[in-house]
Amino acid sequence: MKTLIYTSALGVLCMLAEMLNLRKFIIPVAVIGLLSIFGLNLTDWNVNHGFYHNMVMIDNFSVGFSALVILLAIFLILLSGDFYRQESEKISDYLTVIIFTVAGALALISFGNMAMFFIGLEVMSISLYILAGSRKRDVRSNEAGMKYFLMGSFASGVLLFGIALIYGETASFDLQQITNYANSTPPSVMFYVGAGLILVGLLFKVSAVPFHFWAPDVYDGSPTLIMALMATIAKIAAIAAFYRLFSGSLLLAIPQYAWVLSAITALTITVGNFTALHQDSFKRLLAYSGISHAGYLLLGLVGIYGKTDNAIFYYSLAYGVASIAAFAIVILVRKNVGSDKIEAYNGLGKRKPLLAAALTVAVLSLAGIPPFAGFFGKYYIFSEAIKNGHIWLTVVAVINSIVGIYYYFKVILAMFTKDSEEIPFRVSPAYTFVITACVLMTLLIGVFPSLFANLF
Amino acid sequence: MLLLIVLFFPLVAALITYLLGNRYAGKAALLFSVLELVASLVLIPAYRNADALNISYLTEWIQNPHILFQVSVDGLSLLMVLLTTALIPVIILSSLSKEPENQRSFYALILLMQFALVGVFTATDAFLYYIFWELALIPIYFIALLWGEGKDKEFRNRAIFKFFIYTMAGSLFMLLGFIYLYQYAGGFGSSELYGLHLSDKEQTFLFWAFFVSFAVKIPVFPFHTWQPDAYKEAPAVGTMLLAGIMLKMGLYSLLRWLLPVLPHGVMLWTPVVMVLGVIGVIYGSVIAIRQSDLKKLFAYSSLAHVGLITAGIFSMTRAGFQGSVVQMVAHGVNVVGLFFAAEIIYRRTGTLDISKLGGIRNVAPKFAAVFMIIMLASVALPITNGFIGEFLLLFGVYEYNTILGAIAGITVILAAVYLFRMYQNVMLGETNELTAKFTDLTPTEFAAFVPVVAAIFIFGIYPKPIMELAQPALDIIMNYALK
Repeated sequence: MKTLIYTSALGVLCMLAEMLNLRKFIIPVAVIGLLSIFGLNLTDWNVNHGFYHNMVMIDNFSVGFSALVILLAIFLILLSGDFYRQESEKISDYLTVIIFTVAGALALISFGNMAMFFIGLEVMSISLYILAGSRKRDVRSNEAGMKYFLMGSFASGVLLFGIALIYGETASFDLQQITNYANSTPPSVMFYVGAGLILVGLLFKVSAVPFHFWAPDVYDGSPTLIMALMATIAKIAAIAAFYRLFSGSLLLAIPQYAWVLSAITALTITVGNFTALHQDSFKRLLAYSGISHAGYLLLGLVGIYGKTDNAIFYYSLAYGVASIAAFAIVILVRKNVGSDKIEAYNGLGKRKPLLAAALTVAVLSLAGIPPFAGFFGKYYIFSEAIKNGHIWLTVVAVINSIVGIYYYFKVILAMFTKDSEEIPFRVSPAYTFVITACVLMTLLIGVFPSLFANLF
Repeated sequence: MLLLIVLFFPLVAALITYLLGNRYAGKAALLFSVLELVASLVLIPAYRNADALNISYLTEWIQNPHILFQVSVDGLSLLMVLLTTALIPVIILSSLSKEPENQRSFYALILLMQFALVGVFTATDAFLYYIFWELALIPIYFIALLWGEGKDKEFRNRAIFKFFIYTMAGSLFMLLGFIYLYQYAGGFGSSELYGLHLSDKEQTFLFWAFFVSFAVKIPVFPFHTWQPDAYKEAPAVGTMLLAGIMLKMGLYSLLRWLLPVLPHGVMLWTPVVMVLGVIGVIYGSVIAIRQSDLKKLFAYSSLAHVGLITAGIFSMTRAGFQGSVVQMVAHGVNVVGLFFAAEIIYRRTGTLDISKLGGIRNVAPKFAAVFMIIMLASVALPITNGFIGEFLLLFGVYEYNTILGAIAGITVILAAVYLFRMYQNVMLGETNELTAKFTDLTPTEFAAFVPVVAAIFIFGIYPKPIMELAQPALDIIMNYALK
């Protein structure tokens, strides 16, 4: 609970920073603030308590995912100083909205009530609509914001309708009471339709196929930093909410939708991957591969009857950390070379060998090659799926992993085998720090997966 | 303890080599690899005395899934480790005079590769083994990609990438197989996986999941299509690593992780594999006859050899098993020698086209003699190491099925055809403008050839140490496989 409150307070503080003329200090303040919230959050470990009539539920699941989201947010804010150098007069606005996104994500991770769930989702989504369109004079950014807003609000409507139907059936917004009701009385059609609508709304938010059409355009049009925010924090929070909702109160609905969910998972992984194959912009490639990563996470949700929270957490961690490293390098290349195309990475191996090595590690981890973290992420997800009998789905996922290697290696090839003219390439200390930290974490959690594999 | 040193020393050495910088990297790598060889030789007495402390190590690595950091050597593992540690110094020595650019990365990658290879051969936990298996792929990919010799860069990228994707695809299915087995066994240790009770249907699926991944690595026909181009495009060192040691990973894995784990699956599908192996023998030989490129010729001849080894293993006879082990060592040594000879010709003349060469013997008698010996060993002439292995293998295949044995026997004749013709065209006859200035072996190059030639004769005349070392392990595998 305190995590959520302090994060919102930090957001307000950032908003006020402009008035108090604190613009210079805003990044250190935000980082230190988030670091202390990170620490505070960890003190809630093993607390297991509901607040405000179970509006917010604190348990290890929520503490773990909150810690992950806050950590990723710290990395992103460290990156934002340089990213917004040209518009430093607006930086406090941007940071405010980013921190509110995080607050929304935290609510989404730790809700105990449908109302809180919806509020969290909307706080996060509305912040993201604003951020997606935050490049005022860039048509593509405007388009991204508009598209995201229209599609997103439509999905929210569907989801809200689902919540209303569930309420109509169970006469409660409280997750615990919904669970009790579903366990004691055989639910009627209304319950299943409501659960189905919520499912659709959530699938939309995690950009699962066939609800993914907005994602590439929105990702591509948004500023890269915001894309990183959507691809990591927003996606992870939505998946966590998905797990919380469906592993508890809506669990009964899962068998009804098992086929649909399996098909959507297979499609999400496959379509994301095969579209990524043809991209010549690395940023867009990451957008599509992000869709397929959402698919792998959904594979963890398909087997929800087992206890898949550990696998989902581990995958999110590996994916989040490696993605931040990759996005940081995308921002750097964009800044120095002026393009997101894969050709822009030509010769990076010669000019900046360590940076190229870092991107190689990130990409290898995303592709799931040992000994990097992504490999164990895939391993845990696959083994949970096999345990729950989804063998064919796992085979589809494995084939897709191979396709994934194919396109991820395009950028490695560009970096190491192609030449380009000498361009001065500047890397600021904040970027060096974030990239190093992410790469080290990728290695560490890859070699010692036990550290994070059995948290819950 | 000793085994841990043998395993991790190359990793440390790779780091030090990288930090030492370009100037000393080559010499340091050579020194480290020789030290590693000495350390691995000390493993032999430790193994003979059954000194458990020194030849095995076990600790908990990951609790869930239950994965142990478990390494140990039996005779078979030890033999493969020795093959690796003995060939790496030769490979490093062969590259010293060439001075590749960015040496520190180059040699660090070779040593990293050695770390992964030793890991593959010593891991007795399937998951650990898998990690090393994949780890070995990363250094060889970069060695082949960045220091490759092919003139057409795009083509090289594609060839090496094809190799990477093929192996990766294969091994992912192996991983899936291991995960599936884990559900039954509750662990990844070889002792848990050996002798599991599975239905025939499961055995069939798992058999193919494993076999395909090993078959790509070996490569067995029809999974070989990555091989000729990758061998050709990789630098000499990369080709030696690939053909000399890396493909042994696949053969070793057949013995260690396929036959004892899935005996019924193996029994059901042995006929198919035998036929594939023999097709590989004939196909490789016939295509080799038509090759005009030295490296490609050696690549196809290697395809024929490993096809025979695969058939020998699947013949499930004592002779076949013994032959496969002897031939794995022999093939490793000979193929390194052959590709080094090709590299020397390429360095001096700038071409590998057989039709453009000729008369080298007139100007480089020492080289001609060495090349001759290695070639004869590849043809499997008596008193060379190739003979014993090939003979035992053919015997094993013959015992399994007379007709297949007879067909596979043609390989000796075909090998003589393409290798002698190659030798004739390249080394004999009149010199031309390309070969007229061919200088004979330098002392460094000669030094690299000495162990190769020595091994050819020593194991050609007295192969008993190899068989003795591997026999107990082979017996155990045979026991599980025939259950």
